[in-house]
Amino acid sequence: MPPVIQVSSVRKTYGRTIAVDEASFEVNQGEIFGLIGPNGAGKTTTMECIEGLRKPDRGSIAVLGLDPFRQVYKLQDRIGVQLQQAQLQKRIKVWEAIDLWASLYNKKPADAERLLSQLGLTEKRNTWFMNLSGGQRQRLFIALALINDPEVVFLDELTTGLDPQARRAIWDLVRDIRSRGKTVFLTTHLMEEAERLCDRVAIMEHGRIIDIDTPNGLVARHCPERTVVLSTSAPVDSDLFRAISNIESVESEGNEFTIRGRGDDLVTAVITCLSEHRIRVTDFRAILPNLEDVFIKLTGRSIRE
Amino acid sequence: MLRGLGKLTWIEIKVFMREPMGAFGTIGIPVLLYVILGHILGSKPPSSSFTAAGYTAVHLPVLVALFISINTVLSLVTIISIYREGGILKRLRATPLRPQTILSAHVIVKLLLTAATLALMFLVGRRYSGPDAPVHLFSFTLALLVSTLSILSIGFLIASIVPTARFAQPIGAVILYPMLGISGLFVPITMFPPVLQAVCRFNPFTYAVSLLQGIWVGDSWLAHTGDLAALALVFVVCTALSARVFRWE
Repeated sequence: MPPVIQVSSVRKTYGRTIAVDEASFEVNQGEIFGLIGPNGAGKTTTMECIEGLRKPDRGSIAVLGLDPFRQVYKLQDRIGVQLQQAQLQKRIKVWEAIDLWASLYNKKPADAERLLSQLGLTEKRNTWFMNLSGGQRQRLFIALALINDPEVVFLDELTTGLDPQARRAIWDLVRDIRSRGKTVFLTTHLMEEAERLCDRVAIMEHGRIIDIDTPNGLVARHCPERTVVLSTSAPVDSDLFRAISNIESVESEGNEFTIRGRGDDLVTAVITCLSEHRIRVTDFRAILPNLEDVFIKLTGRSIRE
Repeated sequence: MLRGLGKLTWIEIKVFMREPMGAFGTIGIPVLLYVILGHILGSKPPSSSFTAAGYTAVHLPVLVALFISINTVLSLVTIISIYREGGILKRLRATPLRPQTILSAHVIVKLLLTAATLALMFLVGRRYSGPDAPVHLFSFTLALLVSTLSILSIGFLIASIVPTARFAQPIGAVILYPMLGISGLFVPITMFPPVLQAVCRFNPFTYAVSLLQGIWVGDSWLAHTGDLAALALVFVVCTALSARVFRWE
C-alpha cells in the first residue's frame, strides 16, 4: 500500500528565514504520526504545506495520491484540519459552525450529535464562539476537523490549553480515529503526548527533520543509558555494583546509590546483583530515558527552552 | 462551485445582527442622519435639496445613500481585517469553501444591508423624500447597489493593504471620504482646477454620484450608460487587483 502522505525534499522560506529545510518523510495508513519539536521548529509550516494551505518553494508532496496545492479542493474533501490558533466568528453558535461545516463536503457528514457528545459540547450547542472557554474552542475545532469523517486528520498542537483530564479524553478520541483505519498527522511540543499517542514521530528542529522512528526506537537508539537509584538498609560496598556488566558509574551518598549503565538489561542485572548478595533495599527507582532526553541529546537543548 | 454560499451568507447575517453596536452603527446612524437633516432642511417637493456653499443643490437622499454605501464598505473592510487577524479566513479556507464563496458571502451581506438601510431610510423619513419619490425608489435602490458593489471592490483592495484590524476603519475612511469629497456631489467638477478635474475622471465616486443624482431626478438608465460602464470597469479592475494582492492571513 502506498503511503498516505509522502513528503520529499520540501523547502519553504519566508524572506531569509528557512522555515522548512529539505524535509522528507512518509506517513502510512492507519498510523498516528507526530511531528515534534519546539515552537518555531517549522512543524506548522510543514503541516500547512501538506494541507495545501502553503506552497513549498521546492520539493514534492502527495496526500492520498493528490497534489495538495493543485488539487486542494479534491483533497480538502477527504481530509480534516485543525489549525493552531484559529478562531471563528465571535458570535457564531456551536451548532451553526457544525452545520455549516457539515454542508461543505461532498460526502455524507459524520453524526454531528454523536461528535458533540463525544467532545462534551452538547450543552454548549447554542453558545456563541466568543463565550466558549479555550478548551471548549479547541474541542469545537476538533469536531469541525472530524465532521466530514476524513481519511486523514491533521491536528496542530491539539491539546494546547487543555487541562490534563480533557487532554486524556482527546487522546482517547484520536486513538478512536486510528482504530477506524484513519490516519492521523499531528504536531506537538509535548513529549508526553508524542510518547503516549504516536506510533511514529519525526523530530524537527530549525526546519530540519533530525530523526524518525517509533518513540521506543528513538529512545533505544539515542539514549541507551539507564539509571537505577536505590537505598540499602545497611552499608554496602559500591564495588559490588561496579562489577555488573555495562556499568558506567556508581555514585554513593551514605546508603543511597546512583547506578548508571547502558542497555535494557541494566535493571535486571542490578536486581540480580541485589538478590545474589541478599542486600535489603528500602528504596528502588529505575529512571528510563524518554523522548525529552532524546530531544536534549539530539539538539543540545530542552524542548521547553 | 459556490457550495455553502447560502448557509455562510445566512450565518454572516445572523452574526452581524447579534452585534448590537455594529448593527446600530451601520443601519441606525444613516437613517437618523437622514431624519435629522431632513428635519433641519425641510422638504421641498418634488425633491428635497439644500444649497451647499452656494455652489450646487445636493439631493439629501443621494447624500445619505452614499453615506450608507461608504458605511457598509467600511464595515466590510473592518470585518475582513478582523477575520484575517483572528485566523477566521484561514480556518474557512482550510475547507472545501472556495475563496470566492467566502468573499461573495460578505458582499451579499453588505448589499442586503445597504438595501435594507435605504428602505428603512425611506420608510422612516418618507416625508423628506417628496410625494412622487416612490416612482424612483426601486431604480434608485438598484443604482445604489450598483455603486456600492463598485465601491466594495475598492473596499477589498483597502482590506488587502491594511496592516491590522485596528487601522482598517480609519484607513478606509481616509481613503473613501476624500474620494466622495471630490465626486462632484458638493462642488461641481467643472469648478475644479484642470488637474483635479483629470483626477476626478478616475474617481469612481464621480460616476456613482452622477448615476444616483440622475436616477433620483428621473433620468432614464440609458442616459447613464457611461457611468455604469465606469463603475463596472472599477469593479473589474479592483477585483482583479484584489485577487492578486489579497492576503488571507
